[in-house]
Amino acid sequence: MFDLFRAKAEAVSAEVHRVTAGAQALDLVLAVLDREGVADSPGARAVWCEGPILGALLDRSALARRFPGLSFEVTRDRAAESRVGVTEFDWALAATGTIAQDATDPRLRLASMLPETHVALFRTSTLLPDLDALLPRVDPRKARYLACVTGPSRTADIERVLTIGVHGPRKLVVIAVDGEIGAA
Amino acid sequence: MSAPDLKQRVADALDNGSLAGALGRFNEAYVASRAKAYTGIDFEALRDQLVAVKGRAASRLEELATQFTEQATAAGAKVFRTSDPQEVKRYLGDLCRDNGVRRIAKSKSMATEEIHLNAFLEKQGIHVAETDLGEWIVQLAGQRPSHMVMPAIHLSKEQVAGIFSREVKEELAADIPGLVALARRELREKFLAADMGITGANVAVAETGTLVVVTNEGNARLVSTLPRIQVAVVGVEKLVERLVDVGPILRALPRSATGQLLTSYVSMFTGPSPGADGAPKELHIILLDNKRTEMAKDPRFAQALRCIRCASCVNVCPVYRLLGGHVFGGVYTGGIGAILAAWFDALKASNDVQSLCIQCGSCTPVCPTRIDIPEMIVELRRRLAQEEGHPFMQKAALRMVNDRRLFHGLLRAASKVQKPFTKKGMIRHLPFFLSGMTEHRSLPAIADVPFRDRFPEIEQPAAPTGKAALYAGCLVDFAYPGIGEAVVKVLNTAGIEVVFPEAQTCCGAPARYAGAFDVAARNAMDNIRAFEDPSVTWVVSACPTCTVALRHEFAATLRSEGQEGWAVRADALAAKVRDFSSLARELVDAGRLTVEAAKGLEPVTYHDSCHLKRRLNAHEPPRALLGASGYELREMKDSDTCCGMGGSYSLKFPEISAPILKRKLENIRATGVGTVAMDCPGCMLQIGGGFDLAGESTRTRHVAELLAERVRGVTQGR
Repeated sequence: MFDLFRAKAEAVSAEVHRVTAGAQALDLVLAVLDREGVADSPGARAVWCEGPILGALLDRSALARRFPGLSFEVTRDRAAESRVGVTEFDWALAATGTIAQDATDPRLRLASMLPETHVALFRTSTLLPDLDALLPRVDPRKARYLACVTGPSRTADIERVLTIGVHGPRKLVVIAVDGEIGAA
Repeated sequence: MSAPDLKQRVADALDNGSLAGALGRFNEAYVASRAKAYTGIDFEALRDQLVAVKGRAASRLEELATQFTEQATAAGAKVFRTSDPQEVKRYLGDLCRDNGVRRIAKSKSMATEEIHLNAFLEKQGIHVAETDLGEWIVQLAGQRPSHMVMPAIHLSKEQVAGIFSREVKEELAADIPGLVALARRELREKFLAADMGITGANVAVAETGTLVVVTNEGNARLVSTLPRIQVAVVGVEKLVERLVDVGPILRALPRSATGQLLTSYVSMFTGPSPGADGAPKELHIILLDNKRTEMAKDPRFAQALRCIRCASCVNVCPVYRLLGGHVFGGVYTGGIGAILAAWFDALKASNDVQSLCIQCGSCTPVCPTRIDIPEMIVELRRRLAQEEGHPFMQKAALRMVNDRRLFHGLLRAASKVQKPFTKKGMIRHLPFFLSGMTEHRSLPAIADVPFRDRFPEIEQPAAPTGKAALYAGCLVDFAYPGIGEAVVKVLNTAGIEVVFPEAQTCCGAPARYAGAFDVAARNAMDNIRAFEDPSVTWVVSACPTCTVALRHEFAATLRSEGQEGWAVRADALAAKVRDFSSLARELVDAGRLTVEAAKGLEPVTYHDSCHLKRRLNAHEPPRALLGASGYELREMKDSDTCCGMGGSYSLKFPEISAPILKRKLENIRATGVGTVAMDCPGCMLQIGGGFDLAGESTRTRHVAELLAERVRGVTQGR
């Protein structure tokens, strides 16, 4: 099922990684922050919305030293000035290469939408076949803002030419984490 | 809008070369990407599911609206239900005033287009920014969307660059990534500055009070997150019963709309979620009825409420492809736009748009909710005719066609009068007011001896093994009697006796498609009387349009006219009706007819007539018959796209018919064959006339003619 997920997500221009443990996932996220040149200036910052997958592995102060401009305080203004946003997702859907998230917490939406690069983590064990499998698992009274993301933001509104990155991210980096590390 | 104005707008659209280019390329790419997206999906099963889900919802709108209101209210939303577009504006006007709203960011919402919300808000001094890229482009251009999914499909990148340059007062290059980047920058500020965000919704779930919004750009996510007040304007036809009903809708919508498996973003909100600053925010949901409940009660139009606005109908429409949505459409584009305008605005408002439908039925097999747009358009015509009456000339013409003796007499007289204009059996130029008929194609000359006078000369089998009645139709009778003779030969060869009921008359298709159901009903009754012969096993026609009339439309027309007794007789007749190729195929399969394949035949291509392919589902029989005859079939591109004939459509809109024909001729030429086979004398008239006028020798042959040369029967009847 993961191979299908990967194929479908890559077909819509997502960058897909799979790692066996949280530590590797952390390394990957840091590599993206490096690669994107995260720095402490408007437009080059990063916001990180902590979640259960990597939360326990994060040494915030060390990371903040390594990446000036990286913040774990996700506000509207900081997200708007950020180049990279990191969030964790609750499910993934193989048939369409989709990741899904209970985004009731607005910080998840801000960090996922405003920066140009969005790094999204999910547990491989939460991979479902498709949207039909997800819907019965969701209680919308609790997940008041359910967000499904399939590839980066795109448009074909001018002469039908596919152009990536209109209002949302231009790059979507998806990291599937096999282990349950960090759940503590 | 008056008819001359429509003609002018049609002419302007046809003159617009970049429009035709853009829409043509789109149409071709769409067909391929849609097919790819549906790979591995059982489309018919999905349609069954969607028809059930949306159909059930449409029959329970009132209950579902109530349930939705309760649920969304319990989740903390403020729900405002109204049937009146003015009330929506008043509500939002008050809401803006009470909350000091100066700026609004909007994501795509057809319901707000429908009620012209932006103009109203702007008049209150509120700045409204459309944030869907296409919507923003048309907003800046002061236009309206020309497509439900791709609002700016009619504009080139150069035009967009011009529009953006004016907006930012800076000369911009016609570079698409650059233009998109500019839109991102400009609109980002508007998202961040907006006091209110307005979205539409693609689905509203009654059991949970959830709204589902799909976008690719992500603008609805920003609109529903950043501003402090969130509003959704939703037509009640978006309601479904259960959350799981969202599944099939989202399986179909992106595939049918843009050939995607899923849009980049699907957002489902249930009540307000905390605002961007973490504080609680307001969510106002406006459930708009605007005649939808009334529509749900109309048995002929309730199906239109199943529409999920994927626009696949216009994407495959040969008329939309030429004219675009500003001419072929209102707020909602294409044929479905005419239908919705008739309800949301007024019956009369649909008149121009509905008249542009050529009735080819290209839209029906692609609609994910199986909406029959052509059928509803005919019903609109019927109601318009009832309300407005037919123009005098049209009425007179229909009356003439309906009067069998007068019509046949006139045609016979015409066969004499036409002599000076006829060359090799084709009429190239007609004088005076008839010249429009021969501008884009030649016409077949009217036969010296019509089929009805030739038929008695044909000797029938001495010991027949069955009996068929032949329905000729006007074109076979008066223009192509050879087709009639070929049909008789094939059936006789199979040992079947053919009878030709003399009292047969026009099939009523011209009248029905013009909305003159009273005339069509009289045609139906005359023909039912003529063909009610218990000794006849089959009623066969070599004209698919006539076959459709006999098989499907007599009963429908008669029921519409309240003639249930006659309709029952029409049903009995319908059961016997076959198109020629399907009947011939049946006979071959039953071993009653043998086709001898010839060697060394020139290859042919086959044109699928609209009525044969989509109303009679006879795609395979003619191909099987051609193959059995020894013809190599070289399929043309888009073999089932309309040739532009559309009966009297080619007389009413010759300027639209001509470019549709042109494309058909190009696709035939590309196969490199010298003969194009088909099953419809109307298509033969159009395509054959097109080649004749172009001075090309490509031949048009009816499958009956080709088959007649290759059949051998179990019993020889002649």
